[in-house]
Amino acid sequence: MKESKTGIDFKKVEQARKSARAIAEDVKKFADNYTTVAVERTLCRLLGIDGVDENDVPLPNVLIDELKEKSVLNQGIVFYLGNALIETKLDPQSIAERVSEGTLDITQLPVHSAKEIQEVIAPYVRKSLDKIRSNRQRRENYIATIGEGSMPYLYVIVATGNIYEDVVQAQAAARQGADIIAVIRTTGQSLLDYVPYGATTEGFGGTYATQENFRIMRKALDEVGEEIGRYIRLCNYCSGLCMPEIAAMGALEGLDVMLNDALYGILFRDINMQRTLIDQYFSRIINGFAGVIINTGEDNYLTTADAYDEAHTVLASDFINEQFALQAAIPEEQMGLGHAFEMTPDLKNGFLYELAQAQMIREIFPKAPLKYMPPTKFMTGNIFKGHVQDALFNAISIWTGQGLHLLGMMTEAIHTPFMSDRYLSIENAQYIFNNMKNIGDDIEFKKGGVMQTRAQEILDKAVALLGTIEKEGLFTALEKGIFADVKRPKNGGKGLNGVAEKGTYYSNPFESLMKEK
Amino acid sequence: MSSGLYSTSAKEFDKTLDLKKVKPYGDTMNDGKTQISFTLPVPCGAEAVEAAKQLLRKMGFENPQVVFYKELAEGFTFFNCYGDCVHTVDFTTIHVPKVESKVWDMHETDEFIKEHIGRPIVVVGASTGTDAHTVGIDAIMNMKGYAGHYGLERYEMFEAINMGSQVPNEDLIAKAIEVNADALLISQTVTQKDVHIKNLIELVELMEAEELRSKMILACGGPRITHELAKELGYDAGFGMNTYADDVGSFIAQELDRRLNG
Repeated sequence: MKESKTGIDFKKVEQARKSARAIAEDVKKFADNYTTVAVERTLCRLLGIDGVDENDVPLPNVLIDELKEKSVLNQGIVFYLGNALIETKLDPQSIAERVSEGTLDITQLPVHSAKEIQEVIAPYVRKSLDKIRSNRQRRENYIATIGEGSMPYLYVIVATGNIYEDVVQAQAAARQGADIIAVIRTTGQSLLDYVPYGATTEGFGGTYATQENFRIMRKALDEVGEEIGRYIRLCNYCSGLCMPEIAAMGALEGLDVMLNDALYGILFRDINMQRTLIDQYFSRIINGFAGVIINTGEDNYLTTADAYDEAHTVLASDFINEQFALQAAIPEEQMGLGHAFEMTPDLKNGFLYELAQAQMIREIFPKAPLKYMPPTKFMTGNIFKGHVQDALFNAISIWTGQGLHLLGMMTEAIHTPFMSDRYLSIENAQYIFNNMKNIGDDIEFKKGGVMQTRAQEILDKAVALLGTIEKEGLFTALEKGIFADVKRPKNGGKGLNGVAEKGTYYSNPFESLMKEK
Repeated sequence: MSSGLYSTSAKEFDKTLDLKKVKPYGDTMNDGKTQISFTLPVPCGAEAVEAAKQLLRKMGFENPQVVFYKELAEGFTFFNCYGDCVHTVDFTTIHVPKVESKVWDMHETDEFIKEHIGRPIVVVGASTGTDAHTVGIDAIMNMKGYAGHYGLERYEMFEAINMGSQVPNEDLIAKAIEVNADALLISQTVTQKDVHIKNLIELVELMEAEELRSKMILACGGPRITHELAKELGYDAGFGMNTYADDVGSFIAQELDRRLNG
């Protein structure tokens, strides 16, 4: 690798990784023994079950609620569906429909052997894997033929609440230069224990993530991508109570980027930590297999905790997210580890600290397409100053070679972006990226200067923090409020009642197949 | 560029300030100079510029100038404009309802509470409903505060309980009863389709149903909240942009003193 600008000690980096690995392994040992309603619904979707009943309840929910009511969730849907496939000779979708009509009870059928079940399920598993592989191929073909933007990818959000209006905004943003379009989800979707169905036109502060909405936006971005000769990536949010389900839907519809943090839901949505850590594992396996770049949410820590004082928690969390991702067989090239430019603009030398940290994270995770988040906390409504804050952020991003560059909007804290806000923001970034293109290659940091000192100090603190978490375990660390000043009890929060210890008949055929690729 | 930009011809208007007839100020009293930017859903070109100018005239701007325009997407044109506003307002008759308490710093508020209340004031705060934003409630309540203004947790004489975001109104009330709260603080950041109004009204209704409304001080805050709106919705105070824990803390201390000690 290139000479380190920050002068950090890579032995310490190794030490941090070792601690993070131990932390992640400890969690996995726990998570391996459990499943959740979300994981089981995901299996339904991957086996081809879709649609809703007459009350708009998604069929995956109908099936899994049935297992839960009968207290057999622990055996998993594959077992019951396998028996039903053998006994009824129907396909999974027809079985789900009969269960929903009340004409079939899949928990009361004769039990078949694990081998028989595996055989009868196999064609559906293969079909689903093939579909996801072909989506991956589609993306690779596009990139090979029409090309893509260069990193840092310009990442913008659309959030009108109406998927058709989002399409207009997204295509406009792509024509202006955006590389990634994220469709912000409606407020509160993360707390729904189901995924709504169909195209939606109503949402608060965002648009529902549904499989149909994914399909509509994918098609729109492919159209505009072909027109402008640049592949446009689609991003959505794989967090909350339906983490793995949304990963599966994204994989089936050819999404490219997914927010997928191991801890975000726990800290910021008060979702039970056991539930989230089990869900995140399967969701990441799916994202890894689908070639999706995951984004982690460390930037959020700094919206509650102080960006200067708590910078090391961001780095520590990046290390942990990296290990969780490796467990799920996600290659480094798909790890959009997060960090942010969130120090108060009043801070003397704040730019130097931000630059030092961005460079440090770049050096520690050299292959990762790092996700760099713009200032939000200290955007005040003074749009003119805000535009300058965003410019400083843009400068650091090009300087330190960030991967996914979430564009700051000068109207942050006022409204969801206007079409013109997005234009001005893209113009700002393109100007700076072009004007400062190779600054990082030419400028080194002064030995023992403000920036080297800052980077080394953050790494030291992160190493110490990871050491503490390793001793106590992640669950205890979260209970103590180590991240983002937020404390969460192990048995508190939402979604714990959707967790079950795996029974003797349990199987998940996708897990190992997807990890093998 | 419009040629008007470099015009040196003197404009005849009264250059003395009259608070009964106030208009925007650029660099000369009563010049009315205003900057405006907007997007029109029309294709870029001379017709688009003319459309923008006509619109500016309808908005009440003389000498409309489009100084920059650019196609944002097919059929959408963005404009930066200037114009001279013809309208005026009478500043002397304006009355805005404000929180009628003195704003003190942390130390002064703590001293006041010690002297007048004699015990810590219990405050429960939350971002309620589906609102996932904690930035507002954190700015007021967290130890660290915001922009150099310490949050209520740091005050010696406040027992501050921050329930975080996405708290159902029912849970907030349950917590308020449990800890025998003196005051409730509600933060609302998401305002799309007026979801915050519905949410704020629901809380008041629930509190009235539980016969709690008169027993607790109720305040709300957020970027789109004003004191006037808060009063209309049945709150005791509202805190908008550029208000901090100092404003909230000193209001609660004085209001509680008024209620307890008359």
